[in-house]
Amino acid sequence: MSLMQKSPWIIHYDGSSCNGCDIEVLAALTPMYDVERFGVINTGNPKHADIFLITGSVNEQNKSVVRNIYDQMPNPKVVVAVGICACTGGIFRDCYNVLGGPDKVIPVDLYVPGCAARPESIIDGVIRALAVWEEKRRSLTGQKGTPS
Amino acid sequence: METLVFLILYPVVAALALILIRGDSPRRFVVVASAVLLIVASCWLLKYDYSAPVNLYQVHADWIRLLMQIVELALAAYMIVLAVRHRKWPIVPLVLASAGVGLWFEVVHVHTMGKGVALSLNRFSLIMALITGIVGSLIAVYALGYMRTYHAHEKDVPDKRRTFFFVIFVFLSAMFGIVFSNDLLWFYFFWEITTVCSFVLIAYRGDQESINNAFLALGYNLAGGLAMLLGIVILFSQHGIFELDKLLLHDKSVVMAPVILLSIAGIVKSAQLPFSSWLVGAMVAPTPVSALLHSSTMVKAGVYLLVKLAPLFDGTYAGLLVALLGGFTFMMTSMIAISQSDAKKVLAYSTIANLGLIVMCAGIGTYEALWAAVLLIIFHAVAKCLLFLCVGSIAHVIGTRDIEAMDALVLAMPRLTWLMLIGMAGMFLAPFGMLISKWAALVAVIDANPILTFLLIYGSGATLFFWVKWMGRLLSVSQLRENIETGIQRTIWAPLYILGFLMTAVCFFFPYMSHRMIEPYVTGVYGTTFTMSPGNITIMIIMMGLVFLFFVSRKEVNFRNTRMVDAYLGGANLPGSKAFTGSAGAVQKIVLRNYYLEKYFGEKLLLYPSIFVALGLLIVLIIGAVA
Amino acid sequence: MDILSLTLYIVLAPLFGGLLAGVDRRITARLQGRFGPPILQPFYDVAKLFCKETLVVRHTQTVYIIFFVVFMVFTGGIFYLGGDLLLVIFSMMLANTFLILAGYRGSSPYSTVGTERELLQMMAYEPMVLFYVVAIYMASKTFYVGQIATTSHPMLIKSLPGVFLGFVYVLTIKLRKSPFDLSTSHHGHQEIVKGITTEYTGPSLALIEIAHWYENILLLGLVALFFAPHLWLGVAASLTVYSLEIFIDNACARARWQMTVFSSWGIAAVLGFGNVLALTLFR
Repeated sequence: MSLMQKSPWIIHYDGSSCNGCDIEVLAALTPMYDVERFGVINTGNPKHADIFLITGSVNEQNKSVVRNIYDQMPNPKVVVAVGICACTGGIFRDCYNVLGGPDKVIPVDLYVPGCAARPESIIDGVIRALAVWEEKRRSLTGQKGTPS
Repeated sequence: METLVFLILYPVVAALALILIRGDSPRRFVVVASAVLLIVASCWLLKYDYSAPVNLYQVHADWIRLLMQIVELALAAYMIVLAVRHRKWPIVPLVLASAGVGLWFEVVHVHTMGKGVALSLNRFSLIMALITGIVGSLIAVYALGYMRTYHAHEKDVPDKRRTFFFVIFVFLSAMFGIVFSNDLLWFYFFWEITTVCSFVLIAYRGDQESINNAFLALGYNLAGGLAMLLGIVILFSQHGIFELDKLLLHDKSVVMAPVILLSIAGIVKSAQLPFSSWLVGAMVAPTPVSALLHSSTMVKAGVYLLVKLAPLFDGTYAGLLVALLGGFTFMMTSMIAISQSDAKKVLAYSTIANLGLIVMCAGIGTYEALWAAVLLIIFHAVAKCLLFLCVGSIAHVIGTRDIEAMDALVLAMPRLTWLMLIGMAGMFLAPFGMLISKWAALVAVIDANPILTFLLIYGSGATLFFWVKWMGRLLSVSQLRENIETGIQRTIWAPLYILGFLMTAVCFFFPYMSHRMIEPYVTGVYGTTFTMSPGNITIMIIMMGLVFLFFVSRKEVNFRNTRMVDAYLGGANLPGSKAFTGSAGAVQKIVLRNYYLEKYFGEKLLLYPSIFVALGLLIVLIIGAVA
Repeated sequence: MDILSLTLYIVLAPLFGGLLAGVDRRITARLQGRFGPPILQPFYDVAKLFCKETLVVRHTQTVYIIFFVVFMVFTGGIFYLGGDLLLVIFSMMLANTFLILAGYRGSSPYSTVGTERELLQMMAYEPMVLFYVVAIYMASKTFYVGQIATTSHPMLIKSLPGVFLGFVYVLTIKLRKSPFDLSTSHHGHQEIVKGITTEYTGPSLALIEIAHWYENILLLGLVALFFAPHLWLGVAASLTVYSLEIFIDNACARARWQMTVFSSWGIAAVLGFGNVLALTLFR
């Protein structure tokens, strides 16, 4: 693990989730699971975040919001879709307003299935997403030619 | 001495010319030429020899006193007529009392006065003359362009520009008279002239509000003038003194009563509590008036008197009371300024606050305090003038004086914004001048009477708040704005740029200024002086250099990989605009406002109790005089 | 000016500051029944931030942060090289002014709210900090930190207990700890998103963090001055005070700005000015 990987800051957004997965995400921050061990901080600000945790599916109303938050994150960034609704639309997939998961709007790097996804899965997902993040960081600096 | 006489008399000549000239072009020529002459003449004073603490000049003309008396009576008649016409009855007894006492004194006593030394020049008068000559002239030039735009915008204000410029130049003459006068009756004469000038200029608009405020200012300043006159009468009849230099050499315990009376005049003129309302009310006048009379020069005459009397205050209870009054004014008016959103009112309260600081130093009267006071006078005169002139031009373009309307002004009027920021930085920020003076004042206060630090410290916190708030409003960009900084005349840009440059120069070269002018003056008065240690001076010059670096590099400095995005609005941004989708899909623009904290620092809340307390202090001071 | 001391300060201060921040988070976590991040976590954070892209809302917003850092380092430098204490305080005000102007440049609702509150914070602690300088000058007859640190006899805290307590009170504001962390909601709180730092990303944010490390080391130095000339006692005392602040941070919820400003002013008046008054009367 490079030094930079030890500080993943997340922004958590609830697309149209029933809040089940959101509660599990927040549970990960509690003493029971304590993701701050890994340097994870839940910032509320996309400009400060590396990892975009989305729960819930995307519909017409929040499609631009998801896009906007994604755009306001500085590179390198990864997106983790938490919960089955974020992966494929879940049990709401056939509803008239549901477009599907966020991968319909932004590129998703990792999917964490479950309904609700367990904190252990979420933490596992974040750690694996870190590897993806590190690759993106390397290719960014590789492109620029100079180390950051 | 010829330069002194020139500086006092030439502006009157220019004034007479200006009251006759009707056209814009000849007026512009006379004003600009006069300005240049006055600036050159003021700078010419630098060539004089200042090795003696004070240079004294006899003026062999007995008829001058008579002439002054006649002019005073004429002005008294003029003021009574106006007071009656506008039904401002309290003015009448004030004028009658001043005229009466003056006349009585002239008839009964004055012929027993000797020739006396009418004029004097020392480094402090030199500094004041430079301020009046340079800053005052620049304001007169600025007024050309400003008044033209003013009358273009305000169609229902009668065009009395001939009178306007006449009074401005008469005022400049009177200011020179004040700083060069050694004879107290001459001093009084010029002092009263400035009162009348202020009265005429505040009433310029001619509407009821202006007239009311003009009479308010007149009333207060006449009362102050009367106090001064009584002080002069007592000084002569009981001690035979009628010259300033002799007064300063006299035993302070004996002359305290008349000195207190003189300082009351100074306190009124510099709009200290409880007399601050006249200055705040005077903001209805056109901006050049506010800049010239009510921040950079006339009110400086008030503190000039107090600073001149400072050696007599050293170690006395009267001095302590004056210092308390000044410090209390500084603290309370700084707090009131927090809640004001009218730019000119903020500047007015800030002026009163800074004058309070100077008064506090004068009241303390030690050599450290004197150094601080003179430095404060210099920096405040330049910075405040710059700010008032900028605000005047900005208000003309955007149509309002509200600070909240100055949002994103850095886009709409970049040059004026940066000039304003220079002025504001000069008012409170390290390492600029005002900060140095505040530092020296703090040291002086700690060494003399640490209890006064309370007032200085709380006031300081408040000043920081309202200045940074304003600076931020200029730089914050809630909505994009077009550049509207066009159509501003050269006669406006020239003074602004010169003042901006002066501000910077005076900050960078303050060690030199202190070494050549202020420290020798203080040494001349006390035998010792305050200096900043070379180490500190070096550090401050480095800091100034860094700030200058910031100013020049601000557009170029950026990290690579910089990308511009919208502000964070919870994802509800409407892309590419400074708006977002609110509830029910309504489009809301980003609106940003400063905190004004009216509930805690409102004028209504703080002003009346402050006036009350200050009045108490004043009464104690007066009782001290009488007892 | 000693080049070696200056270099040591510039290099060591952020190292200690970062370690302090890391220990802070660890202790906070343990107080909350968690494990907490590794002690070197702040350094990982800063390393990561430096490799992020810079996003800006206004073209010229970054330069304000750069000068904030420059002046913060400069301020600490004046202090640790024994300079004039009053100049240290004024230089710190200049640095913080740059931070506030940077916040205004962010031009967004969250950053403006944070900035206004940062201004209120500055107004809140300024009286106590100035009374601190006044009292130390009255007790040691000099403004120079170098002289105060080496020749104070007896220890300043013996004549300045009120100022010490008052200073510790406003230290909570300066260290951005609850109940007085009004402006940026540190430690992952989100009430005003990130307040003054909302519109700053990547390297700018890293620089703000580093500036705060320098500032914290400076503040601890200001506390240690009370125990001069005993260096180790001063260090121990400042670390104890810092631990106290961590504890208070965890015990308290955030206060309203009125409580922050007016209680600080009240404490400054009673403890700070009271101490100054005592020094005046018993001089």
